Amino acid sequence: MSGEREVVIAGSADVVGVRQLVRSVAVEIGLSLVDQTKIVTAASELARNALVYGGGGDVRIEIVTNGPRRGLKLIFTDEGPGIPDIEQALTDGWTTGGGMGLGLGGSRRLVDEFDLVSEPGKGTTVTVTKWSR
Amino acid sequence: MQRVPILKLGDVLIVSIQIDLEDQSVLALQEDLADAVVQHGAKGVIIDITAVEIVDSFIGRMLATIASMCGMLDAQTVVVGMRPAVAITLVELGLSLGGVRTALNLEKGVALLDHIRSATP
Ligand SMILES: Nc1ncnc2c1ncn2[C@@H]1O[C@H](COP(=O)(O)OP(=O)(O)OP(=O)(O)O)[C@@H](O)[C@H]1O
Ligand SMILES: [Mg+2]
Repeated sequence: MSGEREVVIAGSADVVGVRQLVRSVAVEIGLSLVDQTKIVTAASELARNALVYGGGGDVRIEIVTNGPRRGLKLIFTDEGPGIPDIEQALTDGWTTGGGMGLGLGGSRRLVDEFDLVSEPGKGTTVTVTKWSR
Repeated sequence: MQRVPILKLGDVLIVSIQIDLEDQSVLALQEDLADAVVQHGAKGVIIDITAVEIVDSFIGRMLATIASMCGMLDAQTVVVGMRPAVAITLVELGLSLGGVRTALNLEKGVALLDHIRSATP
């Protein structure tokens, strides 16, 4: 993959598409099988959240470097209702959608860097990075 | 949307997931399986996830839902073939799948079902 890619998340088939693309880039930068599985799982959670709660959105996929290490950075953006209380949303078990409330908290544990910015009424951006070891 | 086929072997139903699971396919499988258990009077269900590359919260919830749903319909469920990387990721995600019986592979899953059934007359 040269440069960046952006994928629209507008339906549940797109969530599968995001998983497949993230997997192929994770393989390309040499992540271990376990780390590939972790970042693809986190991507699946965040893509579904953007779809279900954000009413759709997109993800930018970037390869980043830090000295000899390469990383995979994913930026999920939606223009949905936003998250009023971020700490609460990150708490395991907290859900407003009848889910298990594990998507956000679990994704944070599965990646090396996690950043969530949200403004009620404007939307939500979640940025995650997984580094090769 | 692709549907996951359900195979019947005696009074056991075998579901081998060979597609990239879309949420709609997951929901359809739950319904199809409930219908099939009742229609065939199945006593056991084996879900083979050997080919499944990730289990996220939605797919994990499906496995738990199927196990308790089939239990209510008098069928025992065993999930077989979970990849090591998937197991590691599930634990970190926070999903323990406590109520779901698992076996390493199809053969061991069949043996486990036999064992459960001989123990419960
Ligand atoms: N992109 C988003 N826009 C608005 N609200 C969100 C967004 N992502 C998450 N939320 C809110 O945060 C809550 C927790 O999200 P999380 O992904 O952890 O759990 P869930 O989606 O409810 O269940 P699970 O992911 O376990 O199936 C959601 O129920 C929702 O209220
Ligand atoms: Mg979620």
